[in-house]
Amino acid sequence: MMRLELVKRPQRSALFSMLSPFIAFALTIIAGAILFALLGVNPLNAFKIYFIEPISQVWQLHELAIKAAPLILIAVGLSVCYKANIWNIGAEGQFIFGAIFGSAIPVLFPQFEGPLVLPLMLLLGMVGGAAYAAIPALLKTRFNTNEILTSLMLVYVAQLFLDWLVRGPWRDPQGHGFPQTIQFGDSAVLPELMPDAGRANWGFVFALVAAVLIWILMGRMLKGFEVRVLGSSPRAGRFAGFGLNRMVFFAFLLSGALAGLAGISEVSGAIGQLQPVISPGYGFTAIIVAFLGRLNPLGIIGAGLVLALTYLGGEAVQSALGISDKVARVFQGMLLFFVLGCDTLIHYRIRLIGLALTKQEPAAKLEAAPKLKEAR
Amino acid sequence: MDITVNILLTIATAATPLLIAAIGELVVERSGVLNLGVEGMMIMGAVGGFGAGHLTGSPWIGLLAAIAMGALFSLLFAVMTLSLATNQVATGLSLTLLGLGLSGMIGTSFVGQPGVRLPNLDIPVLTDIPVIGKLLFGQDPIFYISIALTSAVMWFLFKTRTGLTLRSIGDSHTSAHALGIKVIRYRYLAVIFGGACAGLAGGHLSLVYTPQWVENMSAGRGWIALALVVFASWRPWRVLAGAYIFGAVWIGQLHAQAFGIPVPSQMLSSLPYLATVVVLVLISRNKRLTMMNTPASLGQPFVPDR
Repeated sequence: MMRLELVKRPQRSALFSMLSPFIAFALTIIAGAILFALLGVNPLNAFKIYFIEPISQVWQLHELAIKAAPLILIAVGLSVCYKANIWNIGAEGQFIFGAIFGSAIPVLFPQFEGPLVLPLMLLLGMVGGAAYAAIPALLKTRFNTNEILTSLMLVYVAQLFLDWLVRGPWRDPQGHGFPQTIQFGDSAVLPELMPDAGRANWGFVFALVAAVLIWILMGRMLKGFEVRVLGSSPRAGRFAGFGLNRMVFFAFLLSGALAGLAGISEVSGAIGQLQPVISPGYGFTAIIVAFLGRLNPLGIIGAGLVLALTYLGGEAVQSALGISDKVARVFQGMLLFFVLGCDTLIHYRIRLIGLALTKQEPAAKLEAAPKLKEAR
Repeated sequence: MDITVNILLTIATAATPLLIAAIGELVVERSGVLNLGVEGMMIMGAVGGFGAGHLTGSPWIGLLAAIAMGALFSLLFAVMTLSLATNQVATGLSLTLLGLGLSGMIGTSFVGQPGVRLPNLDIPVLTDIPVIGKLLFGQDPIFYISIALTSAVMWFLFKTRTGLTLRSIGDSHTSAHALGIKVIRYRYLAVIFGGACAGLAGGHLSLVYTPQWVENMSAGRGWIALALVVFASWRPWRVLAGAYIFGAVWIGQLHAQAFGIPVPSQMLSSLPYLATVVVLVLISRNKRLTMMNTPASLGQPFVPDR
């Protein structure tokens, strides 16, 4: 019988810290090949359709940027939370509330036009996302409530609230009963970067700027140090005078605001109106992006592009091979699994031990254990 | 009278999957492991149960498949968190994400297909007793399993030596390890038990509650089950009470929608989720009490030193 044993490294391995996302990606490809083979598809052909064809033309790169923008925006915010050991998993709800708050202007005041509209919408979107994220933060600091469960429950509430809005008070009266708001006016639409080449809009620029700003915050400023100290040892943080409650609010408001910005950018840029469903699970996929990017904002840019490709690839294999586009979800889930598994290599060496073969001390100690128990 | 009985029956049907999933997770958390993948294991159980039932025509085979699917899926979590010492929160989340995706992919061909339903218990004479007959002797088999399971877990945790050992591991894995207890082995078994329970709960959804396959049909029940464990302060009988309260909320809002109460249906649908938040706030308010009840090494990775 084989047994796994973890041996702690004296210090974290810089090599595996760099390599682990790539090993994880390679393992995902292998597992994906098996999956495709099981589905009766030639894996090589499937991979070509999944990973290469969706990005072989310029306009397709624009589509990639559209999908990557919200993922990166949300994930850099989440990376701050997770570094601080605060578990906001309700970004999907904050994304929706950002979209709702920001859309209030074009939906309720369609006559209001001009250069002020868009900045106001983006600001309101950030306020909406932050306000919605403040709820779990408040409950955690004030009532000691588990933020994982509350932030997630609020996702369902947000989805239902949006559904009610677009079917009820905000429904387009001229929309033939379709559950959607009016189309946003020209000044409420996020401009495209290069309209001649493709659809990518300013949302992608926001994502890059946010990533760089958070990278500076985390690496070069005291606040970033505070995040890391409180995340790895709350006790040490308390001695240094860092308040845990303030950190909970900081992390939630920041990640909520970024998720809200992602939400309003998506609605204003890619969709152009509010609909019952405005996100293919960006808020959850961003969790994977954050971990694949090793919670590093610059790594998250790369990870966001990879995960965006899994969405496009899913659509591509669906139309080309007739495989469910849920295959994208499976790829994303597997990727996160392998990333987490490979991260073990950073802190531990893994030894495979055949139990029957070893005569070393560890095995002997292991044998002694049950006897001890019997003797008691 | 009949209406009351019917409402009670539907409440029991809504509460059963919550109860089973939460009881399984309670055992897992008592051993010191936090598995946030309940939703994922549940939906895998639902699709596995539906698929096996649909293909073989036997709901009983479906039931077994649901349990096996949940257990198998939880094994993935166990290998990651126990053998590779990964972060339990992140791994549990990824289990849920993977489960939702995988079940959607497996279930593509099941959408709109007729399912099979586990037959209700029907004992001549006994089931025909007015009022209590149907409540006690006329429900679906998983209802009885859920009650038996709760009693068994209560007995196991608090009346057996193995149960005591399991709880001691949850409170201090280092002490337990020093005493020669095989921490990792116990935790493997606990996690797989939790997975089997979550799979069974999912099987209830697709073989009893609504015998068909609908994507994401677990609708957050796995997360509510996780909240129930906190609500119950890690005590089985309180999980039972909590599951029935939530079952009542779930059914209450459905009835309110059917009666056409002048409140948006979306608001009623969000009640179970809002109730979860409120309940969590109420139960967590007393910080000292929560700390006393929570298994002390919950969620912390453990690597045995040798």
